[in-house]
Amino acid sequence: MHQDIFTKYTPNDKSYLIPLLQDIQTIYGYLPEDALSEIAEFVGIPLSRVYGVATFYNQFRLAPLGENVVRVCRGTACHVKNSSNILYAIEQALNIKAGETTRDKKFTIEVVNCIGACSIAPVITVNEEYYGRIGVKDIPNIMKKYQSKPKVEAQKKTEIGTEKV
Amino acid sequence: MVELTINKIKVKAEDGMTILEAAKSVGISVPTLCHLKDLLPTGACRICSVEVENQRNLVPSCAFPVSEGIKVETNSPRVRRARKTIVELLVENHPQECLICVRNGNCELQTLAERYGVREHRYQGEHKKHAIDISSPSMERDPAKCILCGRCTRICNEVQKVGAIDFTNRGFQTIVTTPYNQGLNISDCILCGQCILVCPTAALREKSSMKEVANAINSKTKYTVVQIAPAVRASLGEEYNLPLGTDVTGKLVAGLRRLGFKKVFDTNFSADLTILEEANELIERITKGENLPMFTSCCPGWVKYAEQKHGDMLQHLSSCKSPHEMEGAVLKTYYAKKMGIDPKDIFVVSIMPCTVKKYESSRSELSEDFLPDVDAVLTTRELTRLFNVAGIEFTDLPDEEFDNPLGESTGAAAIFGTSGGVMEAALRTAYFNLTGNHLENVDFEEVRGLSGLKEATIRINGNAINIAVVNGIGQVDSVLKEIREGKSKYHFIEVMACPGGCINGGGQPVHQKTDKVISRMKALYAIDKKMKLRRSYENESLQTLYKEYFGKPGSHKSHEILHTNYFDRRKKARKITFEKN
Repeated sequence: MHQDIFTKYTPNDKSYLIPLLQDIQTIYGYLPEDALSEIAEFVGIPLSRVYGVATFYNQFRLAPLGENVVRVCRGTACHVKNSSNILYAIEQALNIKAGETTRDKKFTIEVVNCIGACSIAPVITVNEEYYGRIGVKDIPNIMKKYQSKPKVEAQKKTEIGTEKV
Repeated sequence: MVELTINKIKVKAEDGMTILEAAKSVGISVPTLCHLKDLLPTGACRICSVEVENQRNLVPSCAFPVSEGIKVETNSPRVRRARKTIVELLVENHPQECLICVRNGNCELQTLAERYGVREHRYQGEHKKHAIDISSPSMERDPAKCILCGRCTRICNEVQKVGAIDFTNRGFQTIVTTPYNQGLNISDCILCGQCILVCPTAALREKSSMKEVANAINSKTKYTVVQIAPAVRASLGEEYNLPLGTDVTGKLVAGLRRLGFKKVFDTNFSADLTILEEANELIERITKGENLPMFTSCCPGWVKYAEQKHGDMLQHLSSCKSPHEMEGAVLKTYYAKKMGIDPKDIFVVSIMPCTVKKYESSRSELSEDFLPDVDAVLTTRELTRLFNVAGIEFTDLPDEEFDNPLGESTGAAAIFGTSGGVMEAALRTAYFNLTGNHLENVDFEEVRGLSGLKEATIRINGNAINIAVVNGIGQVDSVLKEIREGKSKYHFIEVMACPGGCINGGGQPVHQKTDKVISRMKALYAIDKKMKLRRSYENESLQTLYKEYFGKPGSHKSHEILHTNYFDRRKKARKITFEKN
């Protein structure tokens, strides 16, 4: 499904590496391994270099995002308001490190340099919702809220299942 | 020409030279870490910083061009302090295990720490923790010891053009690794070991086989024999501070006997054997006109590269095993039968200038009756360590001769270790095979030297044979492209993965002395020159071997024992089934 992307660019030109990576990420939400190999071949540079670029920039992801993206602000104002503790608490609650996705693909933690809501620091966002002036104590409750939300696809599957019965 | 002042000395330098080069020309040494001769400077490590008048900051001398009238200080207090700080920071984030490190005593970081008098840990911080990659049969990668100078990545990407490793991640997490941090064994790496030769620390090193060799020597049941590659004799002396390019063949044989090897053979013998088989194969292909051009297959790095990257071109490779594998095969068949030894009891050790040979010896197709042709491969560096453990004073050893019958060789075999050597040796024999006359002038100057691609046209019996010598795997892609497009005019192409050939192999002594390659090359040509017999087919033991065992080159038996096959190991285009987010 991403083959049309390559038609936009001329092969063997290194300068198209980053645009290609961005385009692939727009389609899949992350950079799949096979797509990286294809880009390497198209651009004419080794896969190791492509991988190096993909891991250098924060904008590129090598694994798909979880259902809920928890963004933790680590900007100056939030830092002063102990956002490092908030991040630690979230990592503990979800049992993953920043940048990782939980095994059940429910949560991804991302560290953001500034969300732009310094007045309510420390602040985190989950998907599009903002949680400001929070403390470490609030974290489990916030996470629980999203944990309990049933997965849409899973719901569909059970419906089909019941029909069959 | 410009004139500048370095440490108050007037220096004349050419335009475009760097301060580093200008300083060197007047005997001022500036320390370097990330600098690699003949490659574009990166100026990453800053250890070569010098002070230039009217420049606000210190400048990296490896990347700063000279200009008229500049005043440079390479040894001011400010410069010394800056360099010391750099070394201190590098040392602090480096495992403090010099005493048990394989590069102890030959480590550039250690040397710098010593030179700048680092005597205490002034900085304390987080240490990087990375697992050692021991997946490859040839090499180990220890990212914890990496100081991120980037020399390995540049050799891999810019010289060898393999691109197996590169910088990934950033900041404190930066690490030189393969894509997805996978093991070297499943990466694009061809294990040539050029990265080991440029690594300032022990972050890249060979996988040692010393223990199994020592065990075999001490085993009561094993008949342990050893063979020495041509390139080792021209370089081993460097480990004992002998001048570059000293031929140490005699001492090497004596030393190996004292180590306890039952017999000491010469890989040169089977290099002659390889030539007879390869020349025969070449003539066969030329008369039939199929699978031309033919590539040499002596270099396992090249074979690995061809299999991984150009799996569609494998029919162009000569089916001959590499010389040391042939020697092992002959030892475990002909020699075992002749001497009445059970092949199972023979343990063949190869002393090679090469890291890929370790991987090669583990290939299952290079075996007879489930016995590997070669049981263990030691690099030149490992041999030095074995000598040291055994208390052998190398420089005081007498000169001894190889054991026969697998120790006799001609001059043609000696030059196998250098780029162009296999080609030259093959031509000497091919000429005889085609014309029945001995070639008078056996020196083919066109294929000697260190340029990347050497070509020549040889007239034999009125037929023009176009040959090419690819010096370094980085040059081979253009030749392969021509063949794919059907435009190649060549008949016979030699490929050596390491620039310069085996004399600059990944198992050779590690040091950054200039002219090491050219001196070793001269040593090998000198051995060739002083030999009475300089054409492979004149090797008498070899003639006996064919009479008693193989019949003639290319016979059924020789195909069974001396030839091999290759596999397409390209990563197959997998069906793409991505998860859409």
